[in-house]
Amino acid sequence: MILANAGYFEPWWIQIIKSLLIFGVALGILPLIIVYERKLLGRFQGRYGPNRVGPFGLLQPLAEIIKFATKEDSRPVTSIGPLYLAAPVISILTAVAAFALVPFGDVTNIFGTRVGLYGVDPSIGPLYVFAFGAIAFYGLMLGGWASGSKYSFLGAMRAAAQLISYEVSQGLALIGVIITAGSLSLTAIVHGQGGMWYFIPQFVGFLVFTIASFAETNRSPFDLVEADAELVAGYFTEYGGTRMVAFLFAEYLNMMVVSGIAVTLFLGGWLLPFGIHPPTWVDPIIVLAKMMVFISFFIWIRATLPRLRYDQLMSFGWKILLPLATANTLVTAIIVVAVHK
Amino acid sequence: MSWSPGEDQITVQRAPEPGAAGGTYRAFGETLRGLKTTFARVVEGVHTIQYPEQKVPVYPRFRGRHKLHRFEDTGLEKCVGCSLCAAACPSDCIRVVAAENTHEHRVSAGERYAAVYEINISRCIFCGYCEVACPFDAITMGHDFEMSDYNRSDLIFTKEMLLAEPIEATPLRNEGE
Repeated sequence: MILANAGYFEPWWIQIIKSLLIFGVALGILPLIIVYERKLLGRFQGRYGPNRVGPFGLLQPLAEIIKFATKEDSRPVTSIGPLYLAAPVISILTAVAAFALVPFGDVTNIFGTRVGLYGVDPSIGPLYVFAFGAIAFYGLMLGGWASGSKYSFLGAMRAAAQLISYEVSQGLALIGVIITAGSLSLTAIVHGQGGMWYFIPQFVGFLVFTIASFAETNRSPFDLVEADAELVAGYFTEYGGTRMVAFLFAEYLNMMVVSGIAVTLFLGGWLLPFGIHPPTWVDPIIVLAKMMVFISFFIWIRATLPRLRYDQLMSFGWKILLPLATANTLVTAIIVVAVHK
Repeated sequence: MSWSPGEDQITVQRAPEPGAAGGTYRAFGETLRGLKTTFARVVEGVHTIQYPEQKVPVYPRFRGRHKLHRFEDTGLEKCVGCSLCAAACPSDCIRVVAAENTHEHRVSAGERYAAVYEINISRCIFCGYCEVACPFDAITMGHDFEMSDYNRSDLIFTKEMLLAEPIEATPLRNEGE
């Protein structure tokens, strides 16, 4: 039984090179994003941010990784061993797996071989993202549960409540785009945006998706999963050293994934507006630049908004986002049917 | 008998309770206002003073590390070892041991001089009473404030250290600047 057409057409060695390249680029950009966030956050608060380690403070994450890696590998006596060890692995694994989906460009000819500038392009694109997004929460919940600490447990419980209160609206927000494009393949969705990027006709969907993305990535103002003022660090309170770094990396990688999906679905992927058609090798740079814009918006929001209360997020998710996303889907469906009749 | 609130009527005026839609609309507007506020900080620029490289200039009357003075013409020390500064010191951080000047060995302008003059900077509270108590203006409060060290014993400043010019001049600003 074939559930989805993965659309493999490349030889196996290209797929290995591709996955290594995407993994390398993602994990190479990650420290830069961390230092970029801290510097930009500093600017929003009238200060410089880290600027002492290396030129312009660019080596700050490197210094911190060394610090974390040399820390003692400890775990609380109340923790459940195997689950405690598995949780960060699940977190980072799902984040990397979801990143494989972000298309950085179309199928191109590189030295006579056809190569798609993406990890995979399955015929179920957004569903794949949602599947891994949902599995990623097992990392959070298992981490919180297996730590054997009340703060971790509270964080995990909040993560579970948060998951169900926004994931529905996030999925519904994407359905509008899928109806408009008529395809679930992310490359096909990007091709469908040749005339107009989908964030104009699907503005409500874009808004709902963006807000839900903040919850998905546990970013302010929905960072109540790791609310540092109340829960110390939420689900990873009891983690230290490289395991905590794994959680943090997964969080930032999720941020990149969400930005990549938003860029692909709403902001035209590798396309440029006003009929500009740059050479193919620019496409990944365009996608990365758009992702950086989206990430900057994430940081801007973080610098601005205070954390929402637990019940506020729930009521916001169920009472505002869900009706909005549902109405958006309905209206889009009606319009598409009326136009294509 | 039940408690009666009395004759006074208290009317509480509340703002209209926003419904879900109205509340969201208002929160959205306030969010945009907040985004504008934070973005204005980016445009405004950075207010950080990069301390070790860049220092805030001190005012002329800033009370920093003490200085002992000499007469400019003769080069003799102004301090005569009277111990008034030690007596005035509230935290008891000054130690003066006086000795007699002789013709062969003349250190100060008066009859006696300070053979030992030590200030324990780790105890000093920089109140400036020593400066007030000194009858010859021999000790004044300087402008240096970077005196941290690794050992407590290194924080006992001897007479030679107090007489010497500071290695790095602290930037000074004018009164009223």
